[in-house]
Amino acid sequence: MKPLAGISPPDSRGLRREPWWMRLHVDPWLLLLVLVLAGVAGFVLYSASSKSMAMVYRQGAHYAIGLAAMICVAQFKPRLMERWLPPAYLISVFLLLLVLLVGTEAKGAQRWIRIPGLITFQPSEIMKLVMPMSVAWYLGRREMPPRFKHVCVCLLIILVPVVLILKQPDLGTTLLIAASGLFGLLLAGLRWRYILGSILLLVPGAAAMWFFVMHGYQKQRVLTFLNPESDPLGAGWNIIQSKAAIGSGGVFGKGWLQGTQSHLDFLPEGHTDFIIAVLAEEFGLVGVALLLFVYLLIIARGLYITHHAQESFSKLLAGSITLTFFVYVFVNIGMVSGLLPVVGVPLPLISYGGTSLITLLVGFGILMSIHTHRKWMTQR
Amino acid sequence: MAKPIRIKDHLNDAGIVQRRIILAVLFILLLAFGLLARMYWLQVVQYEHHSTLSENNRVHVQPVPPARGRIHDRNGVVLAENRPSFSLSITRERTTDLDATIELLRELLQLGDDDIEQLRRRLQQARRPFEAVPVMFNLTEEQIARIAVNQFRLPGIDVQASFVRHYPQAEHFAHSVGYVGRINEREQERIDPVAYAGTHYIGKTGVERFYEDLLHGKVGYEEVETNARGRVLRVLKRTEPVSGRDLTLHLDSDLQAVAEQALGNRRGAVVAIEPKSGGVLAFVSQPAFNPNLFVTGISHADYGALRDSLDQPLFNRVLRGLYPPGSTIKQIVALAGLDYGVTTRTARVYDPGFYQLPNNSHKYRNWNRYGDGWVDMKLAMARSNDTYFYDLAHKLGIDRMHEFMSQFGLGSRVSLDMFEETAGLMPSREWKRASRRQPWYPGETLITGIGQGYMLTTPLQLAQSTALIANRGVWKRPRMLMTADGLPPDEEDTPPDVVLKNPDDWDFIIKTMEEVMHGERGTSRAAAAGAPYRMAGKTGTAQVVAIAQGARYDSEALKERHRDHALFVGFAPLDDPQIAVAVMVENGESGGRVAAPVARALFDAWLLEPEPSPETDDPEADNVMEEAP
Repeated sequence: MKPLAGISPPDSRGLRREPWWMRLHVDPWLLLLVLVLAGVAGFVLYSASSKSMAMVYRQGAHYAIGLAAMICVAQFKPRLMERWLPPAYLISVFLLLLVLLVGTEAKGAQRWIRIPGLITFQPSEIMKLVMPMSVAWYLGRREMPPRFKHVCVCLLIILVPVVLILKQPDLGTTLLIAASGLFGLLLAGLRWRYILGSILLLVPGAAAMWFFVMHGYQKQRVLTFLNPESDPLGAGWNIIQSKAAIGSGGVFGKGWLQGTQSHLDFLPEGHTDFIIAVLAEEFGLVGVALLLFVYLLIIARGLYITHHAQESFSKLLAGSITLTFFVYVFVNIGMVSGLLPVVGVPLPLISYGGTSLITLLVGFGILMSIHTHRKWMTQR
Repeated sequence: MAKPIRIKDHLNDAGIVQRRIILAVLFILLLAFGLLARMYWLQVVQYEHHSTLSENNRVHVQPVPPARGRIHDRNGVVLAENRPSFSLSITRERTTDLDATIELLRELLQLGDDDIEQLRRRLQQARRPFEAVPVMFNLTEEQIARIAVNQFRLPGIDVQASFVRHYPQAEHFAHSVGYVGRINEREQERIDPVAYAGTHYIGKTGVERFYEDLLHGKVGYEEVETNARGRVLRVLKRTEPVSGRDLTLHLDSDLQAVAEQALGNRRGAVVAIEPKSGGVLAFVSQPAFNPNLFVTGISHADYGALRDSLDQPLFNRVLRGLYPPGSTIKQIVALAGLDYGVTTRTARVYDPGFYQLPNNSHKYRNWNRYGDGWVDMKLAMARSNDTYFYDLAHKLGIDRMHEFMSQFGLGSRVSLDMFEETAGLMPSREWKRASRRQPWYPGETLITGIGQGYMLTTPLQLAQSTALIANRGVWKRPRMLMTADGLPPDEEDTPPDVVLKNPDDWDFIIKTMEEVMHGERGTSRAAAAGAPYRMAGKTGTAQVVAIAQGARYDSEALKERHRDHALFVGFAPLDDPQIAVAVMVENGESGGRVAAPVARALFDAWLLEPEPSPETDDPEADNVMEEAP
């Protein structure tokens, strides 16, 4: 009998002796890595916001709330989450519908629900957590790999909220939520013939849309989206400037607070979605590589937790949360460096902003809960 | 067998997930390596490129505004073009001390307080960082020289050559072609900021406004490298703008000139339409103004003078002038009578000089107080007999009149592409209940029958309803645009054609309108005298001031501006109508004497080919019969 990794065997009296972090339901590695990134975020934000200490404090407050939420969520057993899931999914979908009907509009998108005098919140953020749970809940109690019927139901579970969020419109969030659902399916061992089949269906489908359905102006919009540099006064403006900022950083960067491109108002959104450009300009390739390394450590820890999770639900949930985290990183850095189209995805744990930060940390809280609520059992 | 292999399943599941995790790790490493490679490409391989751009120089994207499309009349005469002009622009980021720079400019160019205020207002305009904002236009040679000499003291100030809209015909097409002006704050919110990056003008009125999208074109851009002081060092990449479309209008400058000449210095409106196409051939609203004043921003003094003038030169009489149509809608009322079968072509009505409703002592007067005796439809039209039409209106009732006359576009916007048009008013029972909270009175039906009362029409609507009769009910919405780069405008919301129960009634009603022009007792026969072609028409007058019951109309006693408006509608030639005209002469008093000759001048100019049309006074003009409301 080999003990589970990280968990000490029962002591001589046969009583369960768990390490301190197990009892607090906190994963020290994840916590440490998050705190490292919080520190990095503070420094980069200070520079990106033109030395605004107020902004750093505010983001600090966001972090405090997020960490508290994370630790709270980690106290709940995954079983409990599983039990409350169906109503949680339905309520989230209902809230998404409500947003489209009575939501508050800002910057041309309708994303918020405002309860006057109380709070303003984004139901799509809740969906970011509920979506991977729903897929894990559904697939976790069925045989793997999922059968065709189950795949279809799963796609429906994913599609309903995705369509609702796409209508807001919020492309970035849609992408993240769709990804988190699909990762559940992929981790559950979705058969290769389905994966290849859907790719084979998508390509001619898209081609048919292009040639028979779309109008000229819609095509133009898609082209601009795929290649923003064709529209340098509009969408391409940010990319041209962020590329210049990143490129001028070189290997070692210009040094903290020494960036020029990002400080000349050339770079819009410099402290939110485009903050990596500031980091790349001031800390160079070395800084970016180190940041990427920290991200990969977080992902490694997440996959480790996934591997050691003991129930299908926990495994699928931990896996899709971790992989979605990587999507954040990849899409954000990819778009700022001009590899990918511009969609509104923040750089996780670094970009300024409370909402997505708190959601991310609650996600980590779920990972911690999964890891620290394992039953005492052995593995052959 | 209820899940006996659950344990086995679980292990199997764990295996599946584990294999997928290994795959995911491989993918993640691959993609992370891709990101790192991209960063390596930007930060190491292209480092020189980016670092030069960022350290000593700055890349920056400049919009290149497209050339606005030109506007021509049907013969290619230019109505709106772009002229090169020198303007002074300020780039705020490059000025060291904005206030000091403006002070220096004031000194150098001897600017007044008004100029400075205007300049500061223009500086407020929304813009991107490092975008130059033009603040003064049409610089003189001397001003350019003064700035050039003092350039070293004026960082951030540039003299740029740019194009400014110019209207070579000045006031002749001010109301039809309209004008462009500086984009104001309200428009700023409406337009696409990318499409208008670099464009400082937008269509404000007329064709310029309606066809803004076609005329504007597509913005181009330059990626330029500038040095630390903001001078452009070289252009890295340039995408040419796409010029706006050139528009060709139906308007004919020669015909327009004839119309203006015929109208003389009177206030009024003239519209000529080609019935087959709906094209507007002439569009006169007099007095007019010089649209060039508005392009770069009109001065307070100039604007005040135009705004406060008693003659209202800024008022578009053709599209926004609401006048009671008077007798010029009688042919439509007559058609309604025939179509609903409430009268016949030959039915006669006795006119003692007035009309009375049963059980009511109020006398509705004919303009001819002595009465015309027995009149049938043809004579009623020729004489513009009011009693006949009181009777006809009474038989029709307001509901049927509203239904029938609305088909002719009365009470709705008729044009295809004229921005300012107002709908006018074709009254109905429902309208009166909704707007005045009063029932409809029978007397109001009578005066609606002679185009008085609540009814209001624009000169364009009168011309359109006349063209509709010339077309025998086939609708063609009046339009300015003939082609935009060879393409005709889209037909939109064309109202349904007017279909009569007996299509021969069209010919009959046109006959009665011919009687107005050529008949022995026609109200407008003097205007038609000597014409080598046949024409149809109808005169009318519109009251400016209501006449009290029993009082006599005495034009001498009324002030000039209280005199009736003179109206005329008509088309020619009869067998194949080429032109339909509506004329409105403010305070012109007599449709037959004053308005009809203007129409005749247009007919002659349009129909009698090479011969120029000397608008000589007809010797028979004195014989014209007077004609009243």
